[in-house]
Amino acid sequence: MSMGFSISRFLAVLLKEFIQMRRDRVTFAMMIGLPIVQLMLFGFAINADPRHLPTLVEVNDEGPLTRTLLAGMETSGYFDFVGQVRGPEAGAEALRRGEANFVIVIPDDFARDVVRGLSPSVLVAADASDPSAVAGAAAAMSGIVSNAVAQTLTGPLAQAAGSPPPFDVAVHRAYNPEGRTSTNIVPGLLAIILSMTMVMITAVAIVKERERGTMEMLISTPVRPAEVMLGKILPYVLVGYVQTAVFMLAAFAVFDVPFTGGFMAFFYGFNLFVLGNLALGFLISTVAHNQMQAMQLSFFTILPSILLSGFMFPFAGMPGWAQTIGTAVPATHFIRLIRKVMLKGAGTIDVSPELAALGVIVLVISLAAMLRYRQTLD
Amino acid sequence: MNPPLVIDVRGLTKRFGDKTVVDHFDIAVPRGAIYGFLGPNGSGKTTTIRMLCGLLTPDGGEGQCLEFDVRHEAPRIKTQVGYMTQKFSLYEDLTIRENLDFVARMYGVTDRRSRVSRALEELGLADRSGQLAGTLSGGWKQRLALAACLIHDPKLLLLDEPTAGVDPKARRDFWDEIRRLSKAGVTVLVSTHYMDEAIQCDFITYIAYGKKLIDGRATEIPTMVGLSTWRAEGANLVALEAALHNQPGVAQVARFGSALHVSGTDADLLETTVRRFEAEGGQRWSKVPAGLEEAFIYLMAGARDNFSRDAA
Repeated sequence: MSMGFSISRFLAVLLKEFIQMRRDRVTFAMMIGLPIVQLMLFGFAINADPRHLPTLVEVNDEGPLTRTLLAGMETSGYFDFVGQVRGPEAGAEALRRGEANFVIVIPDDFARDVVRGLSPSVLVAADASDPSAVAGAAAAMSGIVSNAVAQTLTGPLAQAAGSPPPFDVAVHRAYNPEGRTSTNIVPGLLAIILSMTMVMITAVAIVKERERGTMEMLISTPVRPAEVMLGKILPYVLVGYVQTAVFMLAAFAVFDVPFTGGFMAFFYGFNLFVLGNLALGFLISTVAHNQMQAMQLSFFTILPSILLSGFMFPFAGMPGWAQTIGTAVPATHFIRLIRKVMLKGAGTIDVSPELAALGVIVLVISLAAMLRYRQTLD
Repeated sequence: MNPPLVIDVRGLTKRFGDKTVVDHFDIAVPRGAIYGFLGPNGSGKTTTIRMLCGLLTPDGGEGQCLEFDVRHEAPRIKTQVGYMTQKFSLYEDLTIRENLDFVARMYGVTDRRSRVSRALEELGLADRSGQLAGTLSGGWKQRLALAACLIHDPKLLLLDEPTAGVDPKARRDFWDEIRRLSKAGVTVLVSTHYMDEAIQCDFITYIAYGKKLIDGRATEIPTMVGLSTWRAEGANLVALEAALHNQPGVAQVARFGSALHVSGTDADLLETTVRRFEAEGGQRWSKVPAGLEEAFIYLMAGARDNFSRDAA
């Protein structure tokens, strides 16, 4: 009597799931298209260190120093000069209207005061309503100014300008020397894409059976819970592999993101993470009564993955309670792991804390899902 | 000698929250019988069927189904039961053949390919086997569902309102098939709302509010209910029907085609009333044997009162 686990029944569920997946063209297209679209959106559109920001200047001292300074700003790539203004009101108005992100004011007798060592101030008025948009440019300013001073004032004038000695702000950007946002965003994005699709697809695939009534037929047969669970989850593990392959190819080809670490470290972490998401989807399916609820619950779990995982905002900067929640989110650990592996060249040993954390989370979620799953309609 | 019992369950009880949906229900179904399961909507028919095939865990009761313990051996019962759900529950996005194939695999049917092909031939769907099940009409879906729950040659068929929403011709064909299966020794438990279907059953049980009101051989039920019935034919039946209500001894008045059937449990009192109306003339009166239909209208009327009390 076939009371134990039956490979043929498991394969039957698996096969059925693949056929259904193939027939549902829209969902199938979404599963493959989503990684690419998200990658393009996040990789290109979201840029925490934007350049070519519209800039206005108010020049009150025309001279070689000013010209060098402005040229220096332009070549830095941060600033695009869109015009000149006269008087502080005009500048303030332009900022308010959003015509420019910066208004640079070169004071009267700028060059003379520099030579005299009076350290005149170049006013950089920035539209800080989006602080991250202007932070990079503002930080670059002091360097640009001192460069311009050093270039223009040569010979004896340099001596004059050199007291106090011109200082240089050295920005050392470890692991991302060019300061590209995409290098930071892209690895983390894999975690977000996998969370979105894996959790939602699994949850919906199971709730759909219940909503359409096919679950009643399915469990009226001698099928065992493990056969249903594995048969339904495995196809989506494969989808996760395909998504990741598509994503990685695009990440390398389009964004030139490095992969400096050990492949196995990535492989272990990736599988644990996929498994955790599928188990979470399964858990959601035991709670949700219809597909709409399953979608909403999935979305609800994705929010902390995006906001509290360190994907968008630096983890260290979050308040304690947010960090606590973030620690319970699998994406947090996977993002750390994948950044370590891809950017910092980490191996399996280096990512063992993340692997351990992921392992614990997978175990807890799976256990909860198993406990909640019912082989009856009770 | 009585044939062995395929279902023999006593005291079956199911509660959802504080609501008792099935209350100490006993059922005994002999092998090869067609057992009709009647009762108003929400009376616990579906819940009982689900408990018999292991989809719901009973809160109380004991007994055997196919000689397996209902409470503890559900997986074994499932292998020999064909359960047809009230709602179409095959995969609409799989083809007809894929659905049958899937179900056959679930039951570990040996020689699966030829069994599925034979089922398709018998269904008359061999040339449409690649069609998606979701695109079939109601009648065809029902036939496919029946074919699917017969694919593993079950000993017991549990059919939950199998003919709801199906046209009369398809219903007739369906019942021909049920009788053929019954002759072949398959036991059939079928729930229905249709009187013409109830009449075709060997045994009938009537359930309302989770409690069994009556059960027995279909032919004996009218006697058990104890109705005597008079038939009135002629003109002005509408007026007569109105006049008969609430008369002494009249429990129910029901229209049967061009005649009225007047029934009551107190035969003498009813006859007195009938004689009085007969004396007024206008209609021809005759005493007829009470049929299943009167019996069930009578039982359902009782259940409706039950319902309104419950709702109040």
